[in-house]
Amino acid sequence: MDFVDYYKTLGVAKNASQDDIKKAYRKLARKFHPDVNPNDKEAHKKFQQINEAHEVLSEPEKRKKYDQYGENWKHADQYEQARQQQQQAGGGSGGFGGGGFGNFGGSEYTYSGGEEGGFSDFFESLFGGSRGRRSQPKYRGQDFNAELQLSLTEAYTTHKQTLTINGKNVRITIPAGVENGQQIKLKGYGSPGANGGPNGDLLITFVINNNTDFRREGNDLYKTEDIDLYTALLGGEKTIDTLSGKIKLKVNPETQNGTKMRLKGKGFPVYKKEGQFGDLYITWEVKLPTNLTQKQKDLLTELSKLSS
Amino acid sequence: MENDELIPAEDFCMYHNIEYSFISSLEDSGLIRVTAVEQHTFIPADELQKLEKFVRLHYDLDINLEGIETINHLLEKIDEMNKQILQLKNKVIS
Repeated sequence: MDFVDYYKTLGVAKNASQDDIKKAYRKLARKFHPDVNPNDKEAHKKFQQINEAHEVLSEPEKRKKYDQYGENWKHADQYEQARQQQQQAGGGSGGFGGGGFGNFGGSEYTYSGGEEGGFSDFFESLFGGSRGRRSQPKYRGQDFNAELQLSLTEAYTTHKQTLTINGKNVRITIPAGVENGQQIKLKGYGSPGANGGPNGDLLITFVINNNTDFRREGNDLYKTEDIDLYTALLGGEKTIDTLSGKIKLKVNPETQNGTKMRLKGKGFPVYKKEGQFGDLYITWEVKLPTNLTQKQKDLLTELSKLSS
Repeated sequence: MENDELIPAEDFCMYHNIEYSFISSLEDSGLIRVTAVEQHTFIPADELQKLEKFVRLHYDLDINLEGIETINHLLEKIDEMNKQILQLKNKVIS
C-alpha cells in the first residue's frame, strides 16, 4: 500500500507540537466536516483522511510508531525480530543496510481512501482493529444515497414499496404527490457510526418518469385535448382521461383554438395533505377537417360567403 | 416519516456527555425547539438530528453559538436554493 503522509494530510511539519496538530485538525475539520458539506462526497472523503491523520498524530504512542517506521511500517515486526536475532548472535553490521529496513519484498498495496466511512488500509495495517479511540469524539456514520424510479401514475397514489438495503428488506410508504428529485430520509439505514456514534441515514431520491400525456408543474397538471371544428363551433361534449378516471366535459359553442379550461381539484395530489389536489388545465386544440367531400366544400363556400 | 416522540433532554445530555446549558442556549437562539412538560424538558424526535449536528459543530469543531447560527443560516439558504434549482429543472424537463 502507498505510504500515507499524515503530516502532509494535516499540513503540519514533522516536528509540530500536539497543539499545532490539534489546531490544524480543527481548521481542516471545520472546512470538510460532513455537517457543513452535506451531500459532498469529496469533502466526506477528505474529512475521513483528516480524521485518520489526526487519530494517529494526536496520540503520542501512535505518532511515535508512525514516526519510527514511517514508510516501512509493514516491516516493523520483521525488523525488530531480525535486530534482536542479530544482537543475540553478536552480529554487528549488514543485513539491513542502506535504507534502514527495506527490501523485505512483499506485494504492493494501494491506499483505498476509506470509501465507506472507515479508515485507510494503511491505518488498519498500522494500528490493527483497535483504533484506540477512547478520547475521540463519536462520529455519525455516512449517509447513503439511493434513487428510486417511479412512474407518474405510481407517484399519484400513496403506496408501499419494499427495498433491499444492505441485505435488509425495508418496507417504505411513499406518500402520493412526491416530486421528481424529492428526497426522503430513512434514519439509521446509512453507514454505521464510528466510535459508538449513530448510524447515518439513507437518503432516497425519487426519479419520476412521466408515462402519461399530462405535464406536471408542482401539483397542477396540463393536457392538450383535440376537438373537431364542428364541436368547437357549435359546442358539445368531450370525454377525457384524467389520472383519476374519465370525465365528460362541456365544450362551449364558438370555442377558440388554444382555449384553456381549469378543472379544480383534478390535478396531482398535494404531498402529505390527504384529500388536497392541484388543478388540471385542459387546452382545446381545434382540429380542422381534411379530405373534404364536394358537398362539404360547397357548404363551406356558402358559409364563407355568408360571413363576408 | 413524522415522529411525535419526545426524548428527555437529560437523557440526551447524558448520552452525548454535554451540558444542558448548551441545549438551553440553542433554544434561546431559536435554533431548536424543545417541549417542557411539568418540570422536565423534552426534545421532539424531529429536532434530534438538527440538535446532534449542533452538538458535533460545537464540541467536535469548537464552533461557538454565533458560528453555529451563521452556519445554520447558510445551510438553510443552500438547501432553499437547491430546492429552487430542482423546481426549475423540473419545469424545464416537463
